[in-house]
Amino acid sequence: MANQISFTVNENQHTLKAKPNETLSDLLRYRLRLTGTKIGCDEAECGACTVLVDGEPVLACMYPAERAEGKSVLTIEGLGGEFTAKHAKNAKDLEKKEERGKTLHPLQEAFVEHGAVQCGFCIPGQIMTAYALLERNPNPTRDEVRFALKDTLCRCAGYPTIENAILAAAESLRTGEPVRKPNVPDSIHIHKSVGHTHLRPDGIEKVNGRAIYTDDLVFDNMLFAKVKRAMIPHGFLTKLDISKAKALKGVVAVLTAEDIPAERNHGLIIYDWPVMVGVGERVRYVGDAIALVAAETLEVANQASALIEAEFDPQTVITNPVMAREEGVPQIHEKGNLLKHIKVRKGDMEKGFAESDVILEHTFHTPTYDHAFIEPECSIAVPVKPDRSSGDLSGFRLEIYCGSQIPYQDRTQVARVMGWDESRVRVVGQLMGGGFGGKEDVMGQIHVAMLADVTKRPVKLLFDRHESLLVHPKRHATQIRIKIGAKKDGRIVASESELYGDTGAYASLGEKVMTRATTHSAGPYDVPNVRADCYAMYTNNPPAGAFRGFGVTQSAFAVESMMDMLAEKLNIEPVELRRINALHVGSITNTGQELRESVGLMECIDKVSGAMCQVSGLSERDVFKPHVKLETPHLVRSWGFAAAYKNTGLGGGAPDISNAEVELYDNGMFEVRSSSAEMGQGLVTVMRLTVAEEMSVPPEQVKVLVMDTDLTPNGGPTTASRQTFVTGNASRYAAKTLRDAITATLAEKYDVKPEQIRFENGIVHANGHSMTYAEVAKEMKALGQHPRALYEYEAPKTQPLGTGGDMHFAFSFGVQAADVEVNKLTGEVRVLRVISANDVGMAVNPLGLQGQVEGGVMMGLGNALTEEFIMDNGYVVTDRLARYRIPGIMLTPEITSIIVEHPVAAGPYGAKGVGEICSIPTTPAITNAIYNAVGVRVDRLPVDQESIAREIWEREEQGKIEL
Amino acid sequence: MTLWQNYLRPKNLSEAMDAFADAPRPLLPIAGGTDLLLDLEQGRHSPIQTLVDVTSIRELTLLEQRGNELFIGAAVPVNRVARDPLTVRHAQALTEACNLIAGPQVRNVATLGGNVAHALPAADGTIALLALNVTAEIVSANGARRISFKDLFLGPGKSSIKQGEELIVGFHIPIPNLPTPNYQSASCFQRIMRPQGVALPILNCAVWLERENDTIKDIRIAVGPGGGTPFRATKAEDTLRGGSLNEATFESALEALLAQAHFRTSARRAGADYRRHILSGLFGDTLKSAWERAGIG
Repeated sequence: MANQISFTVNENQHTLKAKPNETLSDLLRYRLRLTGTKIGCDEAECGACTVLVDGEPVLACMYPAERAEGKSVLTIEGLGGEFTAKHAKNAKDLEKKEERGKTLHPLQEAFVEHGAVQCGFCIPGQIMTAYALLERNPNPTRDEVRFALKDTLCRCAGYPTIENAILAAAESLRTGEPVRKPNVPDSIHIHKSVGHTHLRPDGIEKVNGRAIYTDDLVFDNMLFAKVKRAMIPHGFLTKLDISKAKALKGVVAVLTAEDIPAERNHGLIIYDWPVMVGVGERVRYVGDAIALVAAETLEVANQASALIEAEFDPQTVITNPVMAREEGVPQIHEKGNLLKHIKVRKGDMEKGFAESDVILEHTFHTPTYDHAFIEPECSIAVPVKPDRSSGDLSGFRLEIYCGSQIPYQDRTQVARVMGWDESRVRVVGQLMGGGFGGKEDVMGQIHVAMLADVTKRPVKLLFDRHESLLVHPKRHATQIRIKIGAKKDGRIVASESELYGDTGAYASLGEKVMTRATTHSAGPYDVPNVRADCYAMYTNNPPAGAFRGFGVTQSAFAVESMMDMLAEKLNIEPVELRRINALHVGSITNTGQELRESVGLMECIDKVSGAMCQVSGLSERDVFKPHVKLETPHLVRSWGFAAAYKNTGLGGGAPDISNAEVELYDNGMFEVRSSSAEMGQGLVTVMRLTVAEEMSVPPEQVKVLVMDTDLTPNGGPTTASRQTFVTGNASRYAAKTLRDAITATLAEKYDVKPEQIRFENGIVHANGHSMTYAEVAKEMKALGQHPRALYEYEAPKTQPLGTGGDMHFAFSFGVQAADVEVNKLTGEVRVLRVISANDVGMAVNPLGLQGQVEGGVMMGLGNALTEEFIMDNGYVVTDRLARYRIPGIMLTPEITSIIVEHPVAAGPYGAKGVGEICSIPTTPAITNAIYNAVGVRVDRLPVDQESIAREIWEREEQGKIEL
Repeated sequence: MTLWQNYLRPKNLSEAMDAFADAPRPLLPIAGGTDLLLDLEQGRHSPIQTLVDVTSIRELTLLEQRGNELFIGAAVPVNRVARDPLTVRHAQALTEACNLIAGPQVRNVATLGGNVAHALPAADGTIALLALNVTAEIVSANGARRISFKDLFLGPGKSSIKQGEELIVGFHIPIPNLPTPNYQSASCFQRIMRPQGVALPILNCAVWLERENDTIKDIRIAVGPGGGTPFRATKAEDTLRGGSLNEATFESALEALLAQAHFRTSARRAGADYRRHILSGLFGDTLKSAWERAGIG
């Protein structure tokens, strides 16, 4: 009794046979190939799938397709056309249907112009929701915008720019004037292209729905994969029966650990993560893979996976890192539960504490966190003949399409497991809907490679949100004890810390993450005597790895809380205490590194403090006192302050290399290429601006290609806030190399000195001859030269921890102040305003930088207030997005970004990293403000309003008794 | 997994009853589906044969004044409920609750019928409807009948509606008397959330009252979750009815409310004592707000 569905989509009439079980999003994406409608959660939480049905925004992921019968659906792809149709001057315009898809609606334009587009994955949902709002209310207030976008989540969290873009578009629609430009200050370091606001190269496609992410790809004859996971936290796999799954109609392959061709483990540094756990082997967390299915449809793959029968011999679950270090507990890896004992030693602790007038000690806890990028993981492996001809596949290669922060590493990891030469694997990185460190480890890449190898067919593995939450590495949960000693005048003379980090079942980048947590655990301060010990422990929780902040998020919370506790004890103002101890040029860090340049911490402190005092109208002394309004005595406001630093680059002695290639095409366009990852942060803009700067062309004349191991040279991992620095430099030097080659060629041809060749505004001048770059390209080729240059950039050498010397080649500094309101009755916390200053060396891409800073604050706010990844004896409680809440637009405070630019000599135009530092001080700034408002010290994240309320009422009851 | 096989879209109640009688079972009515589809997808509800989409049944999509009652069809999306001038005028508490349910996109499909059928003791729509003294209209093969709102609930997540046999058609809200210089009625809904975890209120409260000069002529108070089913604070109502609102009367009403309600601890959401602690502020604010809205002159 299959029905027909007749409805219009973007004004096109469709009549389709109804399918059981089909949602509108599936119909739009997979049957009509309108992939602008994105699936972020598939559980009506994130808003990415918003489309308009009869003018009202609805979530297509929870809208039965058959309900669309007789209705009119508008998707992001139809929005430009919708706008043209409405504003067409005459009927003739209307007929040019082709033209209509090409125009941008002012909302789409404003999102690009205002930098509201970062990873772009949530953007169709944001724009569709905003469109519905403006249709109903052409002149919305900021509050009305927020109300309408309440549950349309953005993890890059450019909420302020999204808001601004919508208001600018509304204004344009009302007045008919062009969309108002944003007001973003340029860098203080003056250049032609870098340091100014320019648009993202991928901006347009991300607002018109044409941007392709992995799950948007379809290949002929494609199979769908499903991974059977252990779903127990610890035990031995004793029996595995795949016979029923294999027998199911539509199943093409079922693989187990026995089918792993070569290396059995993968990993980023330590290969300790089994591709699949085999019978007799140990399951270490719920997400361990035990079998793979490839089937003709996803539905069959899911059914087959459910038919696989597994039995386990359960073992005691190691639930936290402290337990993991106890004697007599099961050891979950051969080498034991200790991944690494990390030590930082400086000066003499005994002397330091003996000299101290005040000693404080406190222990802090931070939970596990999930990246919650809106785009879940997806991998597709496609067997291709080396010469790409059709037919017989012998000697085929595999192309792996995926979102990856480290494409070359993915290639290595796939090749190792397949037992192949790396040249047989090509990783073709796709646009990523956010990464934040969570797309560094391989997720499905190896699994699809194995299935495609066996079936000789393309295979897609898409995680749903549930699987994403269960499986990929998280932010380390930590326990951090800090003991701090200071003189009466505020000078810190000793800092001792002991950290436990929960790296979960597998190492991932755990050792590096916890090293960063440890080396940064005395804060951005000049402390003569430091001792830090960290135990990075394996447990039976989901693995923990890289996550924006890379361990420093955790230790900054502990040490910055401690700084405020110390300030109170010493009766010194919190800002002043930080000034007294702040790192400066000439300071020696905990690891023995002398800071010789680019330490903008003091300027950050002063600027944030100045702005805080100015907006509040209060002095540095009064600003941290509780403030109430007479009519609402239960709402107490105060400010909190926190500082941080974060390394740029890998450091610790690891060679930090990136390659970039610049090519001049015959049409005068340049292309810059590197495998470095664009996950929304704006690297592609940085690369484009850098080449434009060096070649003296408008940025639009530079195309950017990234993340393809066949077509782009290795840019290394996109991690550690390193890409602006290393790939920025590689792009810059590649461009310079090309420019030098052009100079040499033209100097010879026109018989002039190289200095006389000038590059100006897209024109090359040589001895009276003026040439466009198209002409230059032809000239070069005519002389047998290919206008192309590859550059391998290696950042300044660093030293391993414990050897003294430069552990890192640059540090970024950040300071934030938060204006927070606490409800004394309920314990509810609202962040009203955040002022953030970041020393980034040089603002290469000011518009992108603004997005990073605002998103960083929002992620920090989520870290403080909304997020907590919860495990119960190794089982994941927060296994749906509904249970793991990331901040929405309603929680967005007013964010002021102050850019501080103390250049690094080796950085591109002086730049250093920003991706992480801008997120780190937010949490302690908020928790310090809570303390300043109501006297409750939050030492366990996230902030629990119930505990705050309880502490206040218990204190008040105690007060009553004492009275 | 095929979660549903057939999707039926009856245009009127008799077609719906026919579907209930004839379509392959298991069978469920679906309105917005924002809870039901998730339950199916996430395995909390086993797969079914037939979904009967009730959103095209005219009777269920009406929102209109009928004599001295406001009728809200069970399948009217809550955003429409929140925006409709009739609701805004006669049922402020309901508009406030409807504006807080989930997010805007969900509100464009979610319905009060679904909110009520899910039978959660702290559903925002349910708590507002309870304070507004609603009656529900139910239809089955035997015809239509009206039942008191309270009778829809058997326990947490348990509705008295017989699935696949009966259907909630809509809700009748009594329209209060017209305001006079000395008399006015008003209502208010408020809630307290926690920022982590599932977006269910840790406490919500709706108050409807009639004010005559400085006297509370009549009052209804609903609090969620104050028990296994949506909770009416009748003892607190008794305390306040006939008196004026001041600190002393509020305190005795609060005491009565705390004595009557059964607050419990829900894991990772709220402790019972925390709920009791924050009730004072929430109840006080909601009551005061309703009282001021009914302010005379």
